[in-house]
Amino acid sequence: MYEQLETAESRENLKRVVVDPISRVEGHGKVTLLLDADNKVQQARLHIVEFRGFERFIQGRPYWELPVLVQRLCGICPVSHHLAAAKAIDQLVGVDPENLPVSADKLRRLLHFGQLFQSHALHFFHLSSPDLLFGFESDIAKRSVIAVLGEYPDLGVQGVKMRKYGQEVIRMISGKRIHGTGAIAGGMNKSLTKAERDYLLEDIDQMIEWSEASVALIKKVHCSSLPYFDDFGTIRSNYLGLIKPDGALEIYHGGLRAKNANGETLIDHIDYCKYNDYIHEEVRSWTYMKFPYLLSLGTENGWYRVGPLARVNNCDYINTPLAEAARVEFKAHSGEAMVHSTLAFHWARMIETLHCAESIKLLLHDPDIMGHDLMAQGEKRYEGVGVIEAPRGTLFHHYQIDENNIVTKANLIVSTTSNNMGMNESVRQVAAEYLSGRELTEPLLNNLEVAIRAYDPCLSCATHAVGKMPLQLELIDAEGRMIDKLVKHSDGEIERTSNG
Amino acid sequence: MVKPVLLFGYGNLSRGDDALGPLLLEYVENHFDLDGIEILSDFQLQIEHALDLEDRSLALFVDASVSCVNAFDFTVLTPARDKSYTTHAMSPAAVLDVYQSIKKQTPPPCFLLSIKGEKFELGEGLSPNAEQHLAQACQFAAELLHNRNVRIWRQLVNRKQQICVKQTGISPKDARQDSHA
Repeated sequence: MYEQLETAESRENLKRVVVDPISRVEGHGKVTLLLDADNKVQQARLHIVEFRGFERFIQGRPYWELPVLVQRLCGICPVSHHLAAAKAIDQLVGVDPENLPVSADKLRRLLHFGQLFQSHALHFFHLSSPDLLFGFESDIAKRSVIAVLGEYPDLGVQGVKMRKYGQEVIRMISGKRIHGTGAIAGGMNKSLTKAERDYLLEDIDQMIEWSEASVALIKKVHCSSLPYFDDFGTIRSNYLGLIKPDGALEIYHGGLRAKNANGETLIDHIDYCKYNDYIHEEVRSWTYMKFPYLLSLGTENGWYRVGPLARVNNCDYINTPLAEAARVEFKAHSGEAMVHSTLAFHWARMIETLHCAESIKLLLHDPDIMGHDLMAQGEKRYEGVGVIEAPRGTLFHHYQIDENNIVTKANLIVSTTSNNMGMNESVRQVAAEYLSGRELTEPLLNNLEVAIRAYDPCLSCATHAVGKMPLQLELIDAEGRMIDKLVKHSDGEIERTSNG
Repeated sequence: MVKPVLLFGYGNLSRGDDALGPLLLEYVENHFDLDGIEILSDFQLQIEHALDLEDRSLALFVDASVSCVNAFDFTVLTPARDKSYTTHAMSPAAVLDVYQSIKKQTPPPCFLLSIKGEKFELGEGLSPNAEQHLAQACQFAAELLHNRNVRIWRQLVNRKQQICVKQTGISPKDARQDSHA
């Protein structure tokens, strides 16, 4: 590991390089590198610039507002927050997951598959494909993937249409593309009509076909650039996520499973309502974002990664045939019990995309999604926990309410927080392996961004204000003087200010 | 049947002045006969919004901006790829570029109404200045929607630019696309 680079032994005579913000991720992030006189990296950290204040935003609201309110926390995955909140407030009205009506459960799952499908498609086709298909520094990597791109000329169109399809699934179930009200405490407020179901069925086979082609593409990209893709930003870590009772991949509801870097099970089928007994969060002075860890392993060894790589690594199998075949190939390629390549996040993400498409088709053919038994009720409780696998990983919502049904306490652990240590480790690995001792350039620093983007981080949910800030690189000497500055504007124009 | 005019406001209602775009749409919904006008609101611009431009004769994007020269700016949009692009915060010009690349044709005439905002914190309401800017922008939007004609909209762009240059010496065209919040 590269933890020794979290804090330099001596900060004297170090230059500071700032990458601010990380472009092509959701929000503002900043990478600082402290370099010595020989340009050797002595310290590397990923900072989260913005304090989010999620909990304060939620406290004081009546609980029934939460499924709509929390959608405003994230412009990219509002449905994940919507469903995590709905699962938590189910408990506030005394409804446990096993008591949710079958139709409501299946509609929520369909909604969630639509969300993951569109989010993954967006990330792959329009966020990461420029890196993956055009290379991020290496000419060798670039040459190999350009040949691949020639085989997929319609990639951009497919990406747009896949994203659109996922949005349509969301719209049909929740009434709107955003701010919909599908899930409510104890169930759903509407089912699908036959016309809506038939409309979604029209394109699902095409979606499956394109998803399958996308898996083939990323596999080819990854395997045509070995060992580079297996080594870049790669770290050995623990992995956490939900799992079905039989060990199959699960994204909506299940127990918590964690495995270590060797594939040994650390916790399994844990009731997520007791997450506090297994997961704690550490605060570090230099960043607003917390560092979650498995209590049993402690802060040093207990950190873990979540998201597509964790889910595909952790599960015993996937219960749809095409995705399962892809998973088997994925696991086999590394020759290890767990795949640790950070760039393999992309491959795992597309396997999940295929699983979502297959699952959407299965659910659309299930008559329960047109059922009318949509609500359950029980005895009021004062505490509820909802956990879901969001596109970026495990998402925890935990609420307490008072006699007047007002939220008195809220705790959210968002996926990117769980990946905080992983992203920092990947940054350190890239800094140590690819930047140390070299003169800094914008393409080199892009390597750092590539490693972070693989996690699909959401650094500043729910505002599109990111566009107002360009990519900024600063070189600062040991006395704190800025000696060089590169600004990359969103139109691609580079502006340089040198004082040296 | 696709309505010929698309009015597309984007921003987060719970993020202070980021709500300016959706709030202008609310004004239009409450004060106009929407015959021939489609209202579309979203958090952020995304790639699939390129498909919402299909078969339109006019499209108006409405957004909050941190660097408007005046209370609001009105400009013509042309397709342009965001080279450093962040798909989570696409520019309207990049949406037009996506349209062009997937449809293999020029997008319909598109315009951008930017409204000056200042504060974007989670849980905040509109700032007092943004409220004033919104009121002025709503009046201007009313003028646009009473005259749904490309030629007239282009004339309004030119008029707005002349006024702006006269008052400040700065053309709204010079405002960077990345200044849009």
